Amino acid sequence: MTTDDTAHLPAARTYWMIAAVLFVVTAIEVAIAYVERLADLVAPMLIILGAIKFGIVVAFFMHLKFEKPLMKSLFLIGVAGAIILFIVVLATFRAL
Amino acid sequence: MASHPVAETLPGGHAESGHDIHRIRKTAMWVFLGSECLFFGAMIATFLLYRNSTGDGPGPEIFDIPFTSASSFVLLMSSLTMVLAHDAFERGDSRQARVWLGGTALLGSTFLAGQIFEFTEFIHEGLTLPTSPFASSFYMLTGFHGIHVAVGVMLLMAMFILSLNGRLYDDRGLNVELVGLYWHFVDIVWIVIFTVVYLLQVL
Repeated sequence: MTTDDTAHLPAARTYWMIAAVLFVVTAIEVAIAYVERLADLVAPMLIILGAIKFGIVVAFFMHLKFEKPLMKSLFLIGVAGAIILFIVVLATFRAL
Repeated sequence: MASHPVAETLPGGHAESGHDIHRIRKTAMWVFLGSECLFFGAMIATFLLYRNSTGDGPGPEIFDIPFTSASSFVLLMSSLTMVLAHDAFERGDSRQARVWLGGTALLGSTFLAGQIFEFTEFIHEGLTLPTSPFASSFYMLTGFHGIHVAVGVMLLMAMFILSLNGRLYDDRGLNVELVGLYWHFVDIVWIVIFTVVYLLQVL
């Protein structure tokens, strides 16, 4: 059933390993949220870890890493638009 | 996600035109998901604007992080079962695809049940929709996400039923790949909500 497009997709074992990584990253996120010593660093660390999880799911589970540039652009334009919207709204109301 | 050889299943269709139709559908799905990014981006920005406007009602201190972490884990694992369903579908193993599709629907339903329980608890603690701008923006954001999950569960169940009828590879209906894209998107939105709305607010 495999086509040229699917021939390079990861094997099932890789998906299990990716899921394990996602589990570990989530556990780290929850753990550091309770570490008072890291108070100043927690927010940036949580944002970075969240972005890593976001990237892993999009790249490997949604297979965007293996997609053609058009598909990548269509989605990434939406993500970039959301980030710009986010910054503009918060900056407009001085909530950044 | 990669394409499936739908051209084989198109009744009387030309091989290349079948592939083109699949490409168009997939492109449309990516455009839709890109627009959904803007939708949820606006909702999250609105929540952040009002995060401190709790009025006399409760604020983020009522969040139960261990419970929400467990819910997040359930949704994250549903992305694994979804990609395994797609993998089995690509290999032509409809039985295994059906098992993973059913598992994904079950995990999605578990997440929804958890969200309903969480909302019920919050309402008992005085956090209702009109309580404050914080409450309104919180319920709108997480509620809309929940609606997306519910739609995803319905699509998964439809796929499950199609597989029982041996129509999983019928291109006239739903497509495992497109439903998978939608489902993973629901998961990545929750990754952002869990970090920004829950974890960052309880600091």
